[in-house]
Amino acid sequence: MENTNVPVISAKDLNLWYGDFKALKSISLDVGEREITALIGPSGCGKSTFLKTLNRMNDLVPGVRIEGDVRLKGEDIFARKMELTDLRRRVGMVFQKANPFPMSIYDNITYGPKLHGVRNKAELDELVETSLRGAALWDEVKDRLKKSALGLSGGQQQRLCIARALAVKPEVLLMDEPTSALDPGSTMKVEELMSELKKNYTVVIVTHNMQQAARISDRTAFFLLGELVEVGPTNQIFSTPRDKRTEDYISGRFG
Amino acid sequence: MSIRKQYDSDLEALKTALVEMGQNAAEAVENALEALCTADTAAAQKIVQGDDRINNMERDIEHRCMTLLLRQQPVAGDLRHISTAMKVVTDIERMGDHASDIAEIIPHLVTVRKEGDPAVSQAIAMGRKAYQMILDAMDALTAEDEIAARRVIAADDAVDYDFNAIKHTLAQEIAADPAKVDAALDLLMVIKYLERIGDHAVNVAEWVQFVRTGRYKDESMF
Repeated sequence: MENTNVPVISAKDLNLWYGDFKALKSISLDVGEREITALIGPSGCGKSTFLKTLNRMNDLVPGVRIEGDVRLKGEDIFARKMELTDLRRRVGMVFQKANPFPMSIYDNITYGPKLHGVRNKAELDELVETSLRGAALWDEVKDRLKKSALGLSGGQQQRLCIARALAVKPEVLLMDEPTSALDPGSTMKVEELMSELKKNYTVVIVTHNMQQAARISDRTAFFLLGELVEVGPTNQIFSTPRDKRTEDYISGRFG
Repeated sequence: MSIRKQYDSDLEALKTALVEMGQNAAEAVENALEALCTADTAAAQKIVQGDDRINNMERDIEHRCMTLLLRQQPVAGDLRHISTAMKVVTDIERMGDHASDIAEIIPHLVTVRKEGDPAVSQAIAMGRKAYQMILDAMDALTAEDEIAARRVIAADDAVDYDFNAIKHTLAQEIAADPAKVDAALDLLMVIKYLERIGDHAVNVAEWVQFVRTGRYKDESMF
């Protein structure tokens, strides 16, 4: 089954070097709209590098060199006219370790929107509520919005980070192992949240948890040694992968 | 032993158990045909008793599959092998059942049919074909040979043809002499079981495509 969905992100012949080390080798991958795409592969395979390239988080890494083409809804993300802050608003990111700012829950959410010029109190209040509801956290924190975000549990902090990413109304959410530091209950909540999010957002997730990729993603891409070995519908990748390396990896023969 | 090596050795043991069960079912069918041929009621009795062994093998294979599903969360080829084992084990068990069903009829059948009865000979010839289908289906499954599996599926036509031909002969027997209805019905049951054994061999053969490609009867299962 080919992906007939219009790609939101389209990478073509993407190569990336860290100094002399080639971390991405001619990656071509389309990310469909309102789909969850899971990137899997052993540590050092390039999946996180690829993810970070999608909102140019790699730009600041010393010695990094990028060739190739990445388009966000047809726009070249490396073009001079592409504003980095605008790109990062449109393509949000959630990291492995929850990283709330050391400020109140409310201020965590409004930090981004304020940066982008939203000043109206009523508008900010509404953003806080919709973002927290979007991240399935509202009911748990609505009575303590002015309390420090650092007082939340690990799972709540991660959902706060997702809410913070949603507050600037992104088109794509990148998630780098978002549940690897969470217990099973919090993991389940974040996974349920992802399934909700895909109704409105496009999600790209890096995960080391095969079952998680199988549970939540629509498409799965397998990276190995900087190469994209195989990409396809998740059902196909986990039942009948075409490449032996994919089969060996997902069934635990290496990695 | 590494976890993956243990997993591989569990999968290998599952495969061996399935092959062994297939051999036992085939042997039960062969013995039933032999008992029918020689009118050996003692041998028939043994086949009925031996069916417990095949049933226990089914339980054992199911247990192996369930444990692998629980503990390994299999994917890709591993998942296809385990789910295939869970499907075909039922068909293999039924073949054993039918061998036992035939054996149960033999003590009565030999009292109503003379030695060298041509209809019995025809039934045995039909049974040999069904028996060969079991062996071929198990070989195709073990070798994951789709071409061999298709040959098994095609071979069922000959068994079905024999069934209809013998049934026709039996109908004529009854029409000619209504007192022979008992003898005719006994043999009709036997050939019906043999015909079903052929169908179960076909079912086993049909999973060969799945184990290789994830497709069953040309449709994707995933």
